[in-house]
Order: sequence, then C-alpha cells, then structure tokens
Amino acid sequence: MNWQLLSWGPTGWGDELVAGLGITLALALATLPVGLLLGSLSCLLWFRGGPARWLARAYTTLIRGTPELLTLFLVYNGVAMLLNRLLSREHGDFVSLSPFVAGVISLGLVLGGYAAEVLRGAYQSLEFGPREAGLALGMRRYQVLLLIELRPLLQLALPGLGNLWLNLVKDTALVSVIALNDLMRMGTVAVGATRQPFFFYLTVCFIYWGVCMASEWGLARLQLGCRPGGRQGVQPGGHA
Amino acid sequence: MSLKLTGTLTLALLAGLASGSLSAKEWKTIRIGTEGAYAPFNFIDANGQVQGFDIEIGKALCAQLQAQCEFITQDWDGIIPALQAGKYDVILASMFITEERKKQVAFTDPYYKAAMTFVAPKEADVQDISPAALAGKVIGAQAGTTQAEYLTQLYGKSDVRLYPTQEAVNLDLASGRLDLQMGDALPLLMWTRTTDDGKCCQTVGEMVTDPKYVGDGVGMAVRLSDDDLRQQLNQALAAIIADGTYQKINAQYFPINIYTMK
Amino acid sequence: MDSLQHYGAQLLAGAGLTLKLTLGGYLLAALLALPLALLLYRRPRLLTPLARLYVSFFRGTPLLGQLFLLYYGAGQFRPELQALGLWGLLRDPFNCALLTFSLNSAAYQAAILLGGLQGVKAGEMEAARAYGFRPVQLYRLILLPNAYRIAFPALGNELILLLKGGAVASIVTLLDLMGQTRRLFSQTFDFTVYCYAALGYLVITSSLVWLWHRLERRLMRHLQPAAPPPTQRLALSH
Repeated sequence: MNWQLLSWGPTGWGDELVAGLGITLALALATLPVGLLLGSLSCLLWFRGGPARWLARAYTTLIRGTPELLTLFLVYNGVAMLLNRLLSREHGDFVSLSPFVAGVISLGLVLGGYAAEVLRGAYQSLEFGPREAGLALGMRRYQVLLLIELRPLLQLALPGLGNLWLNLVKDTALVSVIALNDLMRMGTVAVGATRQPFFFYLTVCFIYWGVCMASEWGLARLQLGCRPGGRQGVQPGGHA
Repeated sequence: MSLKLTGTLTLALLAGLASGSLSAKEWKTIRIGTEGAYAPFNFIDANGQVQGFDIEIGKALCAQLQAQCEFITQDWDGIIPALQAGKYDVILASMFITEERKKQVAFTDPYYKAAMTFVAPKEADVQDISPAALAGKVIGAQAGTTQAEYLTQLYGKSDVRLYPTQEAVNLDLASGRLDLQMGDALPLLMWTRTTDDGKCCQTVGEMVTDPKYVGDGVGMAVRLSDDDLRQQLNQALAAIIADGTYQKINAQYFPINIYTMK
Repeated sequence: MDSLQHYGAQLLAGAGLTLKLTLGGYLLAALLALPLALLLYRRPRLLTPLARLYVSFFRGTPLLGQLFLLYYGAGQFRPELQALGLWGLLRDPFNCALLTFSLNSAAYQAAILLGGLQGVKAGEMEAARAYGFRPVQLYRLILLPNAYRIAFPALGNELILLLKGGAVASIVTLLDLMGQTRRLFSQTFDFTVYCYAALGYLVITSSLVWLWHRLERRLMRHLQPAAPPPTQRLALSH
C-alpha cells in the first residue's frame, strides 16, 4: 500500500477525500430534517383517517417499493424536466436542480417514507393513560401530542430513527452517480487519476464504516440519555 | 461531444483559398477569450501564461492578419456572455459547433475536427470494425454520449456496455473486461500514447467523423454582428493551413493531423 | 400507451435480470448467513471476532462502495486472479454484482438470524435436552426451525431491501430494470420511462411481499403448536 496516495496537498488524495466526506455529511444532515418533517406529516395524515390515510399509505408504499436510485433519478432528471415543461421554458433560462438539492429532496422523500412507519409504530405502542388524562383535563388534541406524548414518542422511535440515519448516510453514496462531489465520488475521481481502485474504494468504505460506527456510538449515548421513564423501544429489524 | 449535434455539413473546403491580400484595417487588435483549463488545447503554465494548441493557432492567425493579439481567460460557463458583453472579440477555446450555440454566436469554419474512435488491446489485433465483424464482442462507452448513441444504433449485435464516466471505461478496457471501447478521438489518442495503463491499447480502424454523429467540429466564435471578423478569421485559417503553419503547430501537440483526423 | 408497448419488452427483460440478481444473491447469502449466525451465537473464541467484523463492515458501508471495490478491484488484480482461475468468473459484471449482493445480504441475514436464535425460548431447549436430544438434533429440530420462524418476517424485509438496493447493478453496466430504464431515458428523455420503472418495481416488491405472506402462513401452520407465536405482519418496511 502506498500511503502517500492519501497525503495532503497536490500529490495525495487525503484532502480531496476529506472534502468529499464533508459534502457527504452535509448532505445527510441537510436531508435529516426534510425527511423527518415528511415522515411526521405522513404519519399525521395516516392518523387523520379517510382519504388522508390513503394518501399517506400511497406515499409510504411507493417509497418502500421502489429503489432509492430510481427516486434520485426521477427527482434529478424528471422534476427539472417537468418544471421546464410546466413553465414552458424551451430555450435558455432552464430550471435545473443542483445534484445537492436533488439529493436532499430524493433522500428526504425516502427517509420520510420510512420515518412515517417508525413514528406510526411508536405512536401506536404509546400507552393510553396519559393521553386520556390530558383530554379529561380539557387539553386539545395537539396540546396532548406536543406536551404529553412527544417525549415518550421520540424515546420509542429513537432506535428506529437511528437505523434510518445509518441508512441515510450509506444512501448518500448514490448521489455520487449524479456527479455530486461527495466521498464516493471523490474516491472514483482518485481511482480515475491513480488507477488504484482497490486501495481507494477500500479507503472510502472504511471512512463510511467509521462514520456509521461513530453514529452508532452517539445513538447509543442518546438512547441512554432519554431512557429514564421510557420503556424498551421497539426493536427494528432489517438494515442497520 | 455529448452536446446536441447537428446534421448539417458545413465543413468548408479550405485548401487553396489562401490569398495574401487580407486587409485587417478594422481589427488592429483582436482580443481572444479562452478558458485556460483544457490541456493541451488551452491551459495556464507555471508562469501564469496561457499556452496550448488553441493559443498557438490564435497567435498564427493574428500574425496572418497582422493584428495585435491579446488573450483573456474566462471560465467556461461565462465564456459566451463575456463575448457578448464585449470583454473580448473571439472565443478560441476548443468550442464545439452546436445548433444551441449558433443561436447566440457566429462560428468560423472548424479549425479541427471532432471524431470518435474505437480502441482495442494491442494483442487483440482488431482490424475490421464493421458491425458484422464486432458481433458478440463486448464494447464499452460512456453513457449519454454520442458514441453511446452510435454504438446502440449500429452495433446491436455486440454487447454494448455503458459506463458513468470515461475513466471507468478506460479501467475496464485496460483490465480486459472489454474487448473494445469507443470514445472521443483526441483524449483516447492521448490515453493510448502517453499514459501507463493506456499502453495496453491502441486506436483501431478509421475514425468516425460523420457530422451526423460528431457535429461540425470545433470552431472559433464571434458576436453575431461581427461577420467581417468571422470572414477574416476564416481566410486567415485557410492561409495558415495552406502555408504549413497549422501543421507545424499540430505536430507539436498531437501525433495525428487533427484537422483531418487521419 | 404507445410508449409502454415500445418500452415493454426491454423493461421486462430488465425486470428478469433484476429478479435473477436479487433471488440468486439472496439464496447464496442465506447459505452463508447460517454459519455466520451460528458463529455469532456460539461465540467460539477464534472465529467470532472475524464474523463480527464481517457483519459490521458489510452493514456499515454502502452497497455501491462494496460493488465498486469488488468490480474495479478485481480488474486491478487481473493477473493474480487469472493465476487463481478466478478472472473468468469476475470478468462478468453479473457475477461481480451477484457476489457483492450475496456477501452484503449475508451480513444482514446473519444479524437477523442471530436475533432469531437469541429469541428461542430457553425452556424449549431445556425440554429438548431433557428428552435426551443430541446436540445435532437439538439444532436441527428445535433451535434452527424456531429461529427461522422468529426471523421470517425480518428476512422477508431483507429480500425487499436487497431488491431495491440492487438497482446499483446498473452502475456497473448491467441492464437490470434500473439499467434499462436509465438507457431508455438517455435515448428518449421521456419522463414516463421512470414511471413505468417505478410501477415495475412496485409490482415486483408487492408480489414478493404477497408470496412471503403465503409462505409464512404455510410455514407457521406446519410448525405451530397450540399457541401461535405473535408473528409480526410483514409489510414493505424495515
């Protein structure tokens, strides 16, 4: 192994990879609130029942039944195209999504679809007692939700949401395909210049691994932090 | 070459058009805009000077027109707006002639040709590149490019594989996963002749220069209103080709004649 | 509907390849996951850290990275692989993707199966021991069937996730459903291609979910004693 390949400056790729990691983390962090918001909205729609529930179900089914990569292309190529057609902008002055924005939107949609399920599961396993007590005291439904139920809800949802965060970090790698200079893409650029695919892709994988392990450690701390009073969370299966 | 290409053939037949009686009265100084980030065509050397094939051609043209030359660098996205804003008078930056751009600027005759070429490992000894001869072969190309379209249309009996980047295609040809690849001629020529991993391979067969696929080539661009300048540049280009100046510059940079791609 | 006729054959061919890759990768992974899960369960001193590292690595890194590592990494070591007689296998992008998916899914399946093994009630094991079951019988008749039964819904989710994640095969030139879609879009710039592709994936995932349900019910009826265990409903979810 030639460690100089990872050195700083014009000859090595260390600084480029770190810059890529920065973009990867920025993308994941920017996506997180978007996805959680979409997930919460979808979850609220579900509990409204009727056509609203139908809409929420269509959204989550679509997201969980189609590949993330397809969502990404759909947003990146399709949405811009639709916008241009709607605004009938045939020449010049085109609307186009930057890869970063397309990444935030598509990964946010994906995260939202899964987060809706986690939140719904958590809400359904909440105890009735506090809710009924609140309502009996004359609180409004939203007051009950915000003042009484939010905290235990988040405690219950945390393990599931933590899993989704780890998935999100790994899914950001897909955005390299539409030329965002994230960690995976910088790895590919380094491979193109040095012809050392094994070394660089392994390095890139190790960096993602590191981020995931650090996240797991952080999430475990977070969980310990809000354990008091909470019950054991629902253990989510599937991809960590 | 993934740009929108045209079906019109405007390659001027320039040989023999040289005339010594050019008047450059109106254009005593010509300000030339270039990118400076597209080696070996135009790039900035360690001293901060623009260098490259495009620059040499520009200097030769100015000498021919007996005009003063001034080079101005401009990033690619702003290169046409800056021309229109009057920051310089000519774009000389390896710009492909496309229908889209023709709406905004006027192009001179092409000063080099666009072409695509097949590349194969040396030991494979590929001679015949007809679709029949390559049936069943694994051919790679970058997705979304002209060559990808060309292969899909004409080489239906081959196993055509499309990659996200040109570098990925090069990697797989060098590793032997591909029997051949097709790509832009000049970068591939440089790859096979100047890089370590490109040594495995060579260009094979005639290059594809059909304007239906590769467009009209690479030209200089002037403002739509400056037709006199465009005509003078065309005449000067014909002159430096006729007197051999072009070929001398060509030979400094490329192993083949990029005006004819032969 | 014209466009569907036009794209139909190619998208269908793509869907076929997607299924082949997913099911092939999943089954190979299942073979690998069993010994891995048993290692994690029994914790022999020598091999357990290795198994742990394996599972952690494949679950902690993007599938795309693993695929690039194997695909382009193999290209780099062609002479060595040729000496081992493996190049013929890894030259083909299909095999590279299949192998990557197997290795990846094995890690996830092993983790799920470990959960199943740990979920088997100690009482059942004790009862079996009391009846004089030998260790092999204990594993074959009690521990593994119960573990698989507990893990079954989560294993179904893993199949769906592999199918979705497997769309990255299109990035190493494979013309699976995603690959055909991207190719058609780059030729036609027709937005509806994406919609048909989404529909195709939805049909496949829904069919697989339905099939898994049927399988689950059948397996459970066969294995269930009087009191049915609380099986989770399998949906398109984590």
